[in-house]
Amino acid sequence: MKVEVLERVLSANDRLAAENRGYFDAHGVTAVNLMGSPGAGKTSLILRTIEAFRGIRPVGVIEGDIASSIDADDVGRTGTPVVQINTGGTCHLDANMVSEAVARLDTCPGMLLFIENVGNLVCPASYILGEHIRAVVLGATEGSDKPYKYPRMFTDIDVVVVGKLDLATAVDFERDEFISGVRALTDADVIEVSCRTGEGIDKWVGWLKRWSERVNA
Amino acid sequence: MHEYGITRDVIAIACDAAGKAGAVRVARINLVIGDLASVVDDCVRFYFEILAEGTMAGAAELAITRIPAELVCPECGERIPLRGRNWDCPVCGCNRCRVDSRARQFYVESVEVES
Repeated sequence: MKVEVLERVLSANDRLAAENRGYFDAHGVTAVNLMGSPGAGKTSLILRTIEAFRGIRPVGVIEGDIASSIDADDVGRTGTPVVQINTGGTCHLDANMVSEAVARLDTCPGMLLFIENVGNLVCPASYILGEHIRAVVLGATEGSDKPYKYPRMFTDIDVVVVGKLDLATAVDFERDEFISGVRALTDADVIEVSCRTGEGIDKWVGWLKRWSERVNA
Repeated sequence: MHEYGITRDVIAIACDAAGKAGAVRVARINLVIGDLASVVDDCVRFYFEILAEGTMAGAAELAITRIPAELVCPECGERIPLRGRNWDCPVCGCNRCRVDSRARQFYVESVEVES
């Protein structure tokens, strides 16, 4: 006898992610899952965003890393509530880890919560965490071929932030090639920034403001 | 990617469905894996041998259907495999080809069970 099942294999994670989402919504928190390679500039972007929202909007951070509290220490020095997850070896965050971290975080209504995923351009793409916004950070120094080589990471996202714009020319970052690859995979907005010079940060912050309004509407 | 945990979940889903149908054995699991799901068939099969033993799916056949990662041309409908770094349509030159998002899917389609 054949029995139709049609169940997603990661459904256990999806259910926990839905619970996280329910918690965020009930507490007025907008959550951003920030993915990208190690060294892409995810933490630098968070630090720039904290600066930009100072006095305007509360920001919270969950840091995911294999080991160390380096990123959480950097964020903590800004006075921002932060919780570090050390996965011990797991190469992505899952909904369960985030649920435990959120329980340790001081959230408040209106908070923009960055969940910085483990640096990895493969696995984090498959595990939803309950986030409202899925963002990928790509440092220009990583090269413009990344959408072609890691297509899964560039599907099913809301925004791509190209960072290290100040170095793009020096490393021959082929902007058109990058955008063409991204466009074949997603309608996500592409925002170019440099955390060193501050260029484009206003566009990123504006995008976040617009999207959180949409999320909370 | 994480085939150990994934295979454990596949077996759990299949046994659960079989149990609900009042069956005692799973004869076949029909699994669908998209090429963008980052799951390797051989790894799943390797773990399946080990993990299914002693469960209702211990003697089950694992049938895997792959969904290829392809671009679809909006102009002429040509399907183009995801290769290289030029994703324009090779037939009509259209530069607005889009990936078929079904290649992200990964699910247990059905199970064949015995009572």
